[in-house]
Amino acid sequence: MFVPCGDSVPDLAGHTLLMPAVSVGNVGQLAIDLIISTLNMRKIGYFYTDCLVPMVGNNPYATAEENSTELCINAEVYSLPSKKLVALQLRSIFIKYKSKPFCEKLLSWVKSSNCAKVIVLSSSHSYHRNDLQLRSTPFRYLLTPIVQKSVQNRIQSLNWEEMEKSPCIPEIDDSEFCIRIPGGGITKTLYDEGCSKEIPVVVLLKFVSEGDNIPDALGLVEYLNEWLQIIKPCCDDPTASALQWKMPSSWRLLFGSGLPPALF
Amino acid sequence: MAATFFGEVVKAPCRAGTEDQEEEEEGRRETAEDREVRRQLARKREVRLFRRQTKTSLEVSLLEKYPCSKFIIAIGNNAVAFLSSFVMNSGAWEEVGCAKLWNEWCRTTDTTHLSPAKSFCMFYHLKSNPSVFGSCPKKNMQVIILTCRHVTDYKTSESTSSLHSPFLKALKTQNFKEPPCCPLLEQPNIVHDLPAAVLSYCQVWKIPAVLYLCYTDVMKLDLITVEAFRPILSSRSLKGLVKNIPQSTEILKKLMTTNEIQSNIYT
Repeated sequence: MFVPCGDSVPDLAGHTLLMPAVSVGNVGQLAIDLIISTLNMRKIGYFYTDCLVPMVGNNPYATAEENSTELCINAEVYSLPSKKLVALQLRSIFIKYKSKPFCEKLLSWVKSSNCAKVIVLSSSHSYHRNDLQLRSTPFRYLLTPIVQKSVQNRIQSLNWEEMEKSPCIPEIDDSEFCIRIPGGGITKTLYDEGCSKEIPVVVLLKFVSEGDNIPDALGLVEYLNEWLQIIKPCCDDPTASALQWKMPSSWRLLFGSGLPPALF
Repeated sequence: MAATFFGEVVKAPCRAGTEDQEEEEEGRRETAEDREVRRQLARKREVRLFRRQTKTSLEVSLLEKYPCSKFIIAIGNNAVAFLSSFVMNSGAWEEVGCAKLWNEWCRTTDTTHLSPAKSFCMFYHLKSNPSVFGSCPKKNMQVIILTCRHVTDYKTSESTSSLHSPFLKALKTQNFKEPPCCPLLEQPNIVHDLPAAVLSYCQVWKIPAVLYLCYTDVMKLDLITVEAFRPILSSRSLKGLVKNIPQSTEILKKLMTTNEIQSNIYT
């Protein structure tokens, strides 16, 4: 359930909710970290749930001594009122069998808050790509029917690729086709529920492999930015535009502590 | 999927924990019987509170029956040993309940002979000052959590082999206004499991709480690790509770010896 930081419940009507799916390479979560950190979004509440493994730590977006001691938990909500943006960050994995109940609780909160749309940042296993997908861009999008009318034109003008359907049961030749997002965590559930419950959900995903997924996260936020323009693209040079995104201080030591000198 | 050097393709576990397809398929194949088994397992895993002496279960929430202003939780053998020797041996503490729990990882079922090394959960309250509760969060309550972690869990730009363990770090909720008695846990370090669950609850519901985390390289009951918690004895919260430190040190030494398994492969 949503618990506000302050005494009053913030009004999220008409806002765009950005959220990650806990997916392969944690790309969605890294992307949301970049967005919150770059836009300096302010924490407005917690999504208190027993569906995620508990975790706590000090402020992952700390920039100075003064703001480094704020305790953060596994699911928090940030906002940027000037752009009517709200971001939900999920920092741990789902407890077994709890991912579906979480989706239900989340979508019911989205509905009751009257958000304009939900954008799910996600990823899928790159080794599951078919031949056509191997030769094309690694980014894909999906829209639930209710949001198609309002965003379809803009999306089409960007020449984006829609996520292709694939055989539901790959081993069987004449199997039906459906949307499959291997490694995407709750992405498919959110998309399916969005379709059936008429919730405006947009999925943006990238085909990735696990490893150092920071470049993938940068790619995904740039992809999102092409559409939403949350930060002004400075020029056409891709390396320069990547520098506009501020990496949070908590991204230090992603691959462990320092090495013992005796190793060498 | 990942390919090994020998050319075999193996399924590598996903860091993001997305065994989603397995869960989906399981859901499709699940029968009413499976669902019933799952329901019964979930009921077995529920945490129940009861009074050890009378073996009756506590129907009313413990905090309703014994409202308190301080709730101290020690998790793990070294933290429990510290609390038993230094805090609970000053003043008379009365056992008010214990938590019976089971899951597939549990190995302890015997409730009569408890030592800091066994996994169990007991609740005590201080007879002379019933507002203190050791071992629900209401207003005006302060929560103190003690636990240990292995030093290799601690991330630092130096190598962990150069760290002088054991050492103490703290994490506190927004409403905990006292200065902690040791440095705060720096980014990007995090805490999981029960201490994180308690601290999350306190942060969300604005309860003042502090977690004292001891990073050590000895996870079994160890004198040096327990002694590493000493700085918290000078904190405002615990000062009034701890009376006789030399006696506590003696009690701690005794606890250590009763728990040592004398092993000598030559006898």
